[in-house]
Formats: sequence, structure tokens, C-alpha cells
Amino acid sequence: MTLPSMETLAQLSDNLVYSAIAVYALAMLAYAALSARRPEAHRQQPAAAPAVEATIGARADPGSRRSVGAPGEEARDATGPAPHTDASVNAVDRLSAIAAALTILGFLLHLSGVVARGFAAGRAPWGNMYEFAVVAALAAAAAFLVFLRREPVRALGVWITAIVVLTLGLSVTVLYTPAGALVPVLNSYWLVIHVAAAITAGGVFTIGAVAILLYRLRLRAERRGPAHTGYAGRLPAASTLNRVAHTANLFAFPIWTFAVIAGAIWAENSWGRYWGWDPKETWAFITWVLYAAYLHAEATAGWRGTKASWFALLGYAAFVFNFFGVNMWISGLHSYAGI
Amino acid sequence: MRTAVILLGLLALAAVPGSLLPQRNVASDPNAVLQFTQDNPTLAPWLDRLGLFEVYASPWFAAIYILLLVSMTGCVIPRCLRLWRAVRADPPPAPSSFVRLSERREVHAAQCPSEALRAIAADLKSRGFRVRTTGGEVRAERGYARELGNLLFHLSLLVLLAGIALGRLFGFEGRVALVEGAGFSNVVSQYDEFSPRALTDVEGLEPFSFTLNDFEASFETADEKRGEPRQFRAELEYRPDDGSTSKAVEVEPNHPLDVNETKVFLTGHGYAPKVTVRDGRGDVVFTGPVIFLPNDASYASDGVVKAPDARPTELGFEGFFLPTAAVGDRGPYSAFPDALNPQLFLTAFTGDLGMSDGPPQSVYTLVKDDLQQVRADGRPFAKALSVGDTMRLPNGEGSLTFDGVARFANFQIAYDPGKEVSLVAAALLLLGVTTSLLIRRRRVWVRVVASGPDGTRLEAGALPLTRRGGITGEIDAVLTAVSDEREKSSDRPDTERAAGPEKE
Ligand code: HEM
Repeated sequence: MTLPSMETLAQLSDNLVYSAIAVYALAMLAYAALSARRPEAHRQQPAAAPAVEATIGARADPGSRRSVGAPGEEARDATGPAPHTDASVNAVDRLSAIAAALTILGFLLHLSGVVARGFAAGRAPWGNMYEFAVVAALAAAAAFLVFLRREPVRALGVWITAIVVLTLGLSVTVLYTPAGALVPVLNSYWLVIHVAAAITAGGVFTIGAVAILLYRLRLRAERRGPAHTGYAGRLPAASTLNRVAHTANLFAFPIWTFAVIAGAIWAENSWGRYWGWDPKETWAFITWVLYAAYLHAEATAGWRGTKASWFALLGYAAFVFNFFGVNMWISGLHSYAGI
Repeated sequence: MRTAVILLGLLALAAVPGSLLPQRNVASDPNAVLQFTQDNPTLAPWLDRLGLFEVYASPWFAAIYILLLVSMTGCVIPRCLRLWRAVRADPPPAPSSFVRLSERREVHAAQCPSEALRAIAADLKSRGFRVRTTGGEVRAERGYARELGNLLFHLSLLVLLAGIALGRLFGFEGRVALVEGAGFSNVVSQYDEFSPRALTDVEGLEPFSFTLNDFEASFETADEKRGEPRQFRAELEYRPDDGSTSKAVEVEPNHPLDVNETKVFLTGHGYAPKVTVRDGRGDVVFTGPVIFLPNDASYASDGVVKAPDARPTELGFEGFFLPTAAVGDRGPYSAFPDALNPQLFLTAFTGDLGMSDGPPQSVYTLVKDDLQQVRADGRPFAKALSVGDTMRLPNGEGSLTFDGVARFANFQIAYDPGKEVSLVAAALLLLGVTTSLLIRRRRVWVRVVASGPDGTRLEAGALPLTRRGGITGEIDAVLTAVSDEREKSSDRPDTERAAGPEKE
């Protein structure tokens, strides 16, 4: 590849990322408008209905399986009686479709930007902080879209798109590094695999973390009583949000495990030891242990729900700190070009 | 499980201080603990007493993970036994009423009861269920692999510990810095720094030797990332012990030299200015390259030259080396990491270097207790030298000539006999955790509700044994094996499906 075309590609990549930011921002507005609707919006989401145990939060009476009784009715009580007309349902459906379409468009622009960057640099496009952040945001958007197909996560949309816009905004301003070759230590295919896995896990963990935050918000409202209003009142049932969070974290955990192992293999290849308690390794370990604690807590009677959610949130905090904090504030062997 | 959660939480917490405080045998900077102690003279001894400079080797850290593994073993072994019994036993009988099952369907089949049940049993079997047909009902269960995966995961943690322990007991790590042209043989005395473990066979290190023929470094010259490293390569002449001829090998970052599991890694490099020191009598008392340690990304480096044989007085030089010297507002600095305009900035000392008596000293620092700085015009005597320049001490006590520039490379040499065990453990761990998290264990029962000349009415129920249920489709699929109407009857509204059941 000749030099000018590489520069053109790099420029193209930057422009695509900028366009993606704009489109994601529009998606965020659409999701925000959806979140501001009355609760019948959620009626369309299948899993919002079973709120039988939602009102008592995570501590469901073991005897009361959801299939008992007529959860549909109760659910509507719990989320507030909402007379819905066809017109309003249609409007919500349309807005929801627009928001999803915008997210998909933003994602495609974003993805093209990352691919162009890869061609411009002639390598996997995750070799410095700028690229890590851009690809991590891509992973979060991708995870959200995947979840959107299978789970009632529309309520997460406004937050996920906000996180993506924020991360991309930070990337293009504070973290920006022009496309280029790698410093020699980073030039290893194990690193490519390791970072790709870590970033993918991070994207899915992000869904989990947002779902958990909304879960806690919603749970607080539910505990105050069934007639809650406001933002929390328009969220899906707490049990639904917790289940989404659990699913996300459950999927991300093996990916994260793999990322840590691939990192260890790379470290062995690069420094002669597979584990050396370098700060980056240490925080990867802390993240892993906290999520393991979360999974255990979710399987422990009396800890499921609120208590367990603390571990997931701490795990996510450790992940984010490792991603940004360790690179910026703690010196170690992990050398990242650009910052 | 509560114990596990608490201990895991503790383990995470205990790992934090080690990433914030400097650690012995861990940090990239071996002097970090010393530096920290100097900066915090009152706090440091206390932190040290608590093991906070060696968190990951401290007894309290070990206590947490050993407790965790013990409690895990205690929990997992009984589970193994239970799983073994469950796999050998038949799936349990159906509950008396299916109403409380999360999934329930009724279907009408054209066959007679026994044929219908047989068809269903065959279908379930082909789906990987363990099936038992008795007294008008089919009992089936699948997803045992989930438990197996969970056990594999937990037990592989023990294997991992064994792998780590092997390395910690029998392995070693060492470091050596070699200037271009210098040789190394793999015996303890040739290391700059050697950390054996408790049971390392120190006398029996893998026998080999090599010479660093050449070290190449290239750096980005384009504007934006000017000076960023692009390639490092050490060209070695490697000599195996078996008497076979030596051969040229290249060692680069991520591409170590591997001699029967003893690996030689390139971990850094720098400059070694070549100097010749003459003493007051005019005799050459030192000549050769001297390693200067880089202290920033542009390879501005610090170092000393010692000439203990100089007479009438011993000579010492201290200063810095700039590969591409430039002068800025705050004095000279290095503008580029490559040696484009190398300059040596030195001050001189006379007196007693303290090398003949006293404790062994670092080759990178002068012990100035018995040294006097050479002064000229009332100020310390200092000189900037380009290649070929000579600095002569003002009172004729000697001189130093800057002959040229060589590079040196840092090698880390490591041996870890537990590595393969750890790798296998990691693979099992990954396999285990993935299986245990993705596979869903569930039971299915099908029984006859009524039968008549026009066929059989069947009732099917399913019970997920894991939190992630989502087995709705499965029971429908099972029933299509016999259904003649594809009729569904569920006591649950469709809207609830996606929610899936939640195990308490
Ligand atoms: C005190 C020792 C431990 C005990 C008693 C224990 C027990 C268990 C049990 C009974 C399960 C099954 C949970 C379920 O079926 O939902 C489980 C799952 C799991 N354990 Fe442990 N474990 C221990 C230690 C560990 C450790 C040290 C780790 C790794 C950091 C770990 C990671 C996991 C994971 C990832 C799962 C899957 C969670 C799930 O199925 O939702 N465990 N553990």
C-alpha cells in the first residue's frame, strides 16, 4: 500500500468515527424520548410483564413460580395502570424502530471507521489507547445490538448510546493518536487475540453494568410500593433487569477468562513469565475475582440481587480502572503508545 | 457458597495494595521499593512489616487463597459424588401435577399411548437426554455436562496452583546486560541478577552460551510519532553445549531464544559509550564500553566510569549520555533515541573509589565518601564530549577520551518447569467455565392424560435446573414428534416466555 492511500484511509477512518458519533447521538435522543414515554411502552417488551416477584424484588418466595396465577394483570398493576391506545403503541413502536435503526447505522459507520483504521495502520486496529477506546465502544454497541434482538433491553439504549458517545468523544479529543505502526512489544498475535477478547468482554460487561444500575434503581422504586412513577416506574421490572444483567455477565465471564489467559501467554512470550503481578495483570485478576464473586453471590440464597449486584458493579469499576486508570496513573510493563 | 463469595471478595481486596505500592520482585523498576522507603521513611517500615511490599508472597495473601481453595475442594468433592450418583441414577419421577412447572403443554397424538411414549422417548434420546419410560410416563434429563464443566473449572484451579507451585519451587529468573561483542554463558556467576527458587538446581542450569554480535534498533522518523520505537533486534551467536557448531540467532521482543525450556528474552537496551581513560602518568588504565542506563524514552542515559588502577590518584567520572544531543531552554537534552549526535557530559572525581575494600558496589554509581570532585575556576569541572573528544583534568591527573558508541541489550533469562501444567490447567479452566455457564440442565416429563380410539392426549412438562431457563422451544420440539395437530395449550400467556423461569 502506498503512503498517500494510507493517509486517505486514516482520514476516512476519522471521518467515519465522527459520523458515527453524530448518529449515535441521534439514537441516544430517540432512546431518551422512548424512556420518557408512559409505561405502556414496556408492554411491548415481553419480559416486562412478569412482575409477580418483581414487587418483592429478588427475594421471591420459592413457592411462587411465575407461571402461577396471572402475572400479566399483576404486572400492569405493578408498572402502573396504563390505558394504551393503538395509536400510542404505534408511536412507541415507530420510535423504537427509529432508535434501533439509528444505533445500527451508527454501529456500521463505527465499524467501517475501525476497519479503515486497521487498513491505514496495516495491522489490527487496537494498538494504542485511542484505538482501544474506539474498539471498546464498538464492542459495547455490538453487544447492545445483539442483546436487543433477544432481550428486553430497550430501556438500556439511552445509557449505552450515551456511554458510546462519551467514549468516542473522549477518544477523538483526549486520546487521539494518528494511525501508525506498533511499538515492538505490542507486535504479537497473542496480543491481538488478548486485546480483542478483553474488549469484547468489556462490551458485554458494559451491558451488564448498565442493566445492574437500572435494576437497583428500579428495585428501590418497587420496594417503595407499586404506585411508583417517574423514570424508575417506566423501567422494565427489576427481576427482568437483573436477569439481563446476569445473562450479560455470564456470557462475558468466560470471554474475560480467555482474555486473561491469552494475556498470560503473551506475557510469557514477551517477558519470560506468564504472571508477574504487573498492575495491569493485577487489575485483570481483581476484575476476574470480583465477577466470580458476583456469579457465586447470584447462586447464593440471600445474596442474589442487591448484594450480588455490588460485586458486579465493583467488577466493572475494576475493569474500567484497568482500562483507563492503570494506563494513565500507574506505571508498569504494559507500554502503550500514544498515552 | 457464602464462604466463597466472602473469600473471593477478600482476595480481590487483598490484591489491590500490591498494584498501588511498589513491590519487590514484581515492579519493572527494581529500585522502586528503595526509592519509596527513602521518600517515606516513617511509613515504609510499617508497610514492610505488614508485607505490603510483597503482597503476593505475603502470608495473609496466601492464607486467603489457600482457604478459598480448601473450601472450594470441600464443596466440590461432594458435588462430584452427587453428580456421579445422579448420572448413574434414573431421572426422577414426574411431579404429581405439572401446573407448577414453568413449562407445560398438552398435545394430541394419533398413536396409542405406548407408541406415543416410545416415539417421544426416542426423540428425547436423540436430543441427548437420558431417558427412562415407566408406568405411563417418560422421564428425561440432560445437561449433566454443566455440572461436569463446573467441577472441571473448580478442580482445574487446583491444577493451576500446582503449576504455579512447580515454577515457584524449581524455576529461576535472571537478568544480564550485554554490550555488543560481549559473551554470556548460562552459569549463575555470569548473571547481573539471579533469583533462584527454593529448590532450583543452581549448579545444573541448562548449559549454553552466546555472544551478542550486534544490536539493531530503529525508530519512527515520521513527524507525529517521531522517536517511537519500531524494531529491536539482538543478533546472537549461539553455542549449544553439545559441541556442535555455533549458529546465528535473532532475538526480538516476543521472539525469545528457547533452549530446552530455558528462554532468553530481550527486555531492553541502551547505550554504552566507549571510552579510554589515561591516568596522571599517561598510562591507559581503562578502555572499553561502559553501560549507561537510559532514563527516558529518548534514551538520555546516566552512568559512571571507574578507573581504580589510575595513579597517582584513582579516577571516577559521572555524567550522562545523549544519543542525539540538543540544547533547549533547560539545558541539553536528547532529541531522538537513535545515536545521531551522541554526546557525553561528564564531571570528574579523584580520591578513593572504595573498590578495594568496603562492601561491593554498583557499577552504575560512584561511592563518593572518599572522592573529591575535580573543580576548575571554582566550579565543578565538566565537559561535553563528542566522539573523538578528550577531556583532560585541569591539574594533569588524567584524561578521558570518548572513542565511540556501542549498544547494550538487557536479557531476561527464565526457566519455569510448571508452565505446561499451568497452561493445561488454564485450558481446562476455560473449557470448564464455558461449559458450566452455557449448558442448561433440565428435566422433561411426558405422560398420558387420556387415551381413546382416536389417539392419546399427552401432557408434557419441563423444569430447568439452571437459572438461565429458556427451554420453551425444546418442549414444543419434543411434542412435534407425536403431535397430529401441533396444538399448544399453555396456562401461561405468551408474553411471559421470554422472561424464562428463575430458579430459586
Ligand atoms: C470456596 C470455594 C468455592 C466454592 C464452595 C464454590 C462453589 C461453587 C458452586 C456450588 C457453584 C455452582 C453455582 C451454580 O450452579 O449456579 C459454583 C459456580 C462457580 N464458581 Fe465456584 N466455588 C468456589 C470457589 C470458586 C473460585 C475460587 C472460583 C474462581 C474464581 C469460582 C468460580 C465459579 C464460577 C465462575 C461458577 C459458575 C457460576 C454460575 O454457575 O453461575 N468458584 N461455585
